[in-house]
Parts: sequence; C-alpha cells; structure tokens
Amino acid sequence: MSTELGKAFARAKARGEGALVAYAMAGDPDLARSVDVFVAMVEGGADVLELGVAFSDPIADGPVIQAAAERALKAGATLRRVLDEVVPEVRRRCPETPLVIMTYVNVVMAMGEARYAKLARERGISGTILPDLPPEESAALRAAFDAEGVDLIPLCAPTTPPARAEGIAKDARGFVYCVSVAGVTGMRAELPANLSERLDLVRRAASVPVVAGFGISTGEQAKALVAHADGVVVGSALVKAAHADGPAAAKQLCADIKRGLKR
Amino acid sequence: MTTDTAAGRFGRYGGRYVPETLVPALMELEGAYAEAQRDAAFGAEVARVLREFVGRPTMLTPAHRLTESWGGAQVWLKREDLAHTGAHKINNTVGQVLLARRMGKKRIIAETGAGQHGVATATACALFGLPCEVFMGALDVERQALNVFRMRALGAVVRPVESGSRTLKDAMNEAMRIWVSQVEDTYYVIGSAAGPHPYPTIVRDFQAIIGKEIREQTQAAIGRLPDAIIACVGGGSNAIGALHPFIPDASVRLVGVEAAGHGLQSGQHGASLTLGTEGVLHGSRSLVLQDEHGQIQEAHSISAGLDYPGVGPELAHLAKTGRMEVRTATDDDALSAFYEVARTEGILPALETSHAFAAARGLARDMGKGKHLVINCSGRGDKDVATISARGVPPATGVKS
Repeated sequence: MSTELGKAFARAKARGEGALVAYAMAGDPDLARSVDVFVAMVEGGADVLELGVAFSDPIADGPVIQAAAERALKAGATLRRVLDEVVPEVRRRCPETPLVIMTYVNVVMAMGEARYAKLARERGISGTILPDLPPEESAALRAAFDAEGVDLIPLCAPTTPPARAEGIAKDARGFVYCVSVAGVTGMRAELPANLSERLDLVRRAASVPVVAGFGISTGEQAKALVAHADGVVVGSALVKAAHADGPAAAKQLCADIKRGLKR
Repeated sequence: MTTDTAAGRFGRYGGRYVPETLVPALMELEGAYAEAQRDAAFGAEVARVLREFVGRPTMLTPAHRLTESWGGAQVWLKREDLAHTGAHKINNTVGQVLLARRMGKKRIIAETGAGQHGVATATACALFGLPCEVFMGALDVERQALNVFRMRALGAVVRPVESGSRTLKDAMNEAMRIWVSQVEDTYYVIGSAAGPHPYPTIVRDFQAIIGKEIREQTQAAIGRLPDAIIACVGGGSNAIGALHPFIPDASVRLVGVEAAGHGLQSGQHGASLTLGTEGVLHGSRSLVLQDEHGQIQEAHSISAGLDYPGVGPELAHLAKTGRMEVRTATDDDALSAFYEVARTEGILPALETSHAFAAARGLARDMGKGKHLVINCSGRGDKDVATISARGVPPATGVKS
C-alpha cells in the first residue's frame, strides 16, 4: 500500500480517531474553486481526500453526485485537467494529505491505464477507486497500477457473500471500501443493522484499513461505525454542503464528523 | 487491458463492469439461466408461450414489388412486426420474465427507448402477474406517447428520466441505479443484447429464434440458406437474433445497419460500430460513442430505438472481425425507405426497420439476380407515426387529385 495512505490512517489511529476520507467532485463548481473545497475539508480534519473525476454515466452514484458530475463536466473537468490543474494545487496546499481518485473505468481506459497510472504517480496520487470495476475485471489494470505504486482500492458490498468479501479484503490495496448499503451513493437516515458484522468480517481478513462509505452524513453515524471500521467515507453530504454553502460548509461538516470519529 | 479469464467475453468485448453490489446478482442470474437451459420444461414453456401468445413462427414474406423495383436479389421479409406487441422485443421479455418468475423475483424493472421493449416487458408482466416499472428518458416519453399509453394500460408504471440526454442511455443508467438498491427481490429485464454478462448472451439466445426460423423458412421456400441477411442495429438485439444462427455459415452475408442520423460527419448519429471506439458503458466493454476523455456522447437518430451510443458486445466483435458488414442510413434515408416500403409492400415499418430497408436496396442490387436477401422487419411503425407525419406526408400514388 502507498506509504502516504498507511501513514494517514496510522496518524488518525495514534490520535485515537477513525480516519475521515472526504469526497468532493473535482471541478465542481469549477476547477479552481473545487481546490478550495478540498483544502477546506482538510482544514476541517479530513485525513484522506477523495477526488471525484466526473463521468457522463455514473451508475454507482446517486442524484447529488450525479448532478455534481454534470456541473464538473460543464466546467471542463476531464481526468487530464484534474491531474494537471487540481491535484498539484491541492498537493501544494495540503502536502501531508494523501489523495485518491474516484472515477469510472471508462475514464481511465480512455487515457490508457498505464499512462494514467504513471501520471497519477507523478502527480502524487496514492490510490484509485473505480466503482464499476469488480475483481474479475481488474487483474490487468491492477498490475499496471501496482507497477507504479498506485493502489487500486477495492469495494465490498452488502450483497457480497462472506467468502468473496474475505477474498476482496485479502487482496486489497490501500484500503477496503465497504459499501454500507445496497444502493448508490447518497445520504441515508438509517444504516443497516448488520453493517457492523460485515465490517468486522472484512477487517479480520484485511491487512489494510477498512472504511465504510455510502449513506454516511453525520457525526452520529460516524460514531456508531468507528468501533467497527478504521474510518468512514463521506461524499454526497459534503458535495451537497459545498454546493449549497461553499467550502466553509464542507469544512464545518468535516469537523462534525471528525468529532464523531473520536474513540 | 486484457481480461481473458472473465466470463461472457466476445473477443475483447463483453464482461461485467458493474458495481460490486450487482456482481452477486449477475452470478445468480448466470447460474439460474444455465439451470433453466438444462431444464427441458423451461424451454418447452417458453416455446409454448411464443407459439400461443406471441404468434410464432412469424412469417417470411416474399417482397415481390420491392424485388422488382430494386432489380437485384429476391427480397424476403422476416415479419417480427407481426409478433404480438408489434416487434421482436417480446421474444426476449417472455423468456426473461419466465426466468424471473422461476428465480422467485417479486418485481420487474426495465428501461426503454422507443418504448417497444417497455411495452413488451409490461405485456409479459401482465401475462404472468408481476408488477412492472419502466424507466424511460423524458424526451422519449414525449415522442413515444402511444407506447407510454400502452405500458400504462398494461398496468406498468412509467418513470420518466430527466438526467443527461433524457433518452435510452439515461433510462438505462437509472434502471441500473434502481436495480443496485433493490437487487434482492427485483429482476432487471434488459432489452438489448447489451449490458453486463450474462445479459448479452441471454438476450441473444431468446432472440435467436428469429434466425432459427429464417433458416427453416428459407430452406422450405428456396431449398437453401439465404445469401444475405440485413438488420438494423441500435443496441442490436434484433440483429444478433437474426444473424447469430448463421455465424458459422460462411456463404451467408451478415449485414448490420446503423443510424447515420444527420450524417456520419455531422456528429449527430448513432453509428457506434462505424465510428465508436472501445469503451465501457452500462456494464460491458464494447464500441461506444465517446470523446477523447472517455465521456459518453449523445447519439442521435430519428428513431428512438437507434439513438443509443453503445452496441452489444457480440455485434462489436462480429463487426471488428469482419464477419458482419456494417452499413449506415441517415434519418432522411430511413424516412424515404419508410414510404417506399409502405407504398410497394403495404407495410408500415418501424423507423428502426426503415434503416435496414434503406441499406437493403443497395445491397440487393450489389448481390444481383438469383440471390436471396432477407430483411429483418424488427417492428411495425405505428409508434412512429407522429414523428413521421410531422414532416408531412408525400402525395398519394397513382391517384388523380
């Protein structure tokens, strides 16, 4: 796993906290202002930044992130421009925070997986999440990423049978992204009751940190999960806050969730 | 990226590029379908419903006046427009809804472009008593009012999709998103030979009845296989259904016709086999219309069934390996073919099918006399009359006004 990601999780753990992986859409509302959102989230306590790169047909995303993707595409946020214009600026302003790209496999394929992996490493990207790339399809792409030391971070779903979940956890790079609800990204009032058991199972099998994501929007939810996960991913709630009220709102929400993540 | 170990590949194309949440459901479907295929009773039930309800076999009609007018190959029409609900789509929905029932699924979702697949799904659901929701681009809801009514009359809920281009591609995104959140008890009936494995195989198998009948019917009518078969290609379910049984027969030319929309140079077309590049859309790797950054482009066709920016992976493979020839027809070509067929054969073809007719004229002439050409009439044109008549109707033929 990339050293940076490992260190970020270790730092949070040493402080007695779960890690916050904070997602925002690169290029929403435009490339420059999305940098301000990422920086504000780090100021609010985010341990890892997840930069969404927009795709026209985001089948794993709910309405909030889909709308953000449409805004980002209008603003010209291609993968190439995110790597050239957003990532270096975020790195400059938040040098300690590891960065992860989340996009769809077609966006990476269009650039070429080897070319992407090389550029990602050069720009300081620690890992990549591709929600439409299950393990069966990922071998060659992961080899290209491994060659550059960029982690291909796998997802595990509530519908994933236990043996398969263990396999995903054992082979994981970076961290395991445990999808908390059967569904697309987006805020939920309630998280499933059996989520903690699933997280425990994946955590036992994994040699890397395990985070829970999808549906998490409050410090209270984070508090309930931190006993069973090394951290949480928050996406739609931050995208919504930043879109409605700007970077300061995203910073505030990160701080609220970080309070919930204290053990 | 090579992924040779993955299931459901057609050469480089196919695969299963979906959120992990759906993978177990697709594996369950793969297993259930394999089991159903081994069960003679399931095959017999599908065959019975196709015979008693759908009206199969559909006819193979000799097109005497078109043959004479075009002056080339003898033209035959495979009449999927005569199947119940007016298009080939019903072959697949009957099969999949029976499969869903066998799997114990409680509800059915589907997406539709022109509405024919939605109508066919709603019909099969009504027949077997399953609740049905159909996702349809809001633009398509507007331009396919007749089919929207038919779906509602059949008891289905039509859900207009407002995102993106408000057409089939977006309806498919939305259906997949809804499926991700309700995957436990919901069966997603995909209407084209596209999507993640095993759908391209399942849809092709249920549609291959078209090609199997063409084999038998041409053997009976002319004592041999046809020299060419031509079909329109959007996602490509009617094309793969008609063509697949002939893949090993080197003497049979297989021809697919894509929508050239306002012209291949216009940027407004649906020609993903001709101008698409390799990409991943809706769960499978195939040829797609996309920009250099991997963003899917909006397709255009006068036909709501052909304006899809992707194509089924097996057709992509057949096109790339040269087994299938690919031709194109513009909106104007299709419209003019529509009237030509209406006025020479007394058939109003769907606008999708009109693309096949538009390209068939040149093909028939290239082939020449003594050869036999089958055109797959994928569906009837009733659903398109508002679109077509809005452009004005040419004056009556042979009548003094």
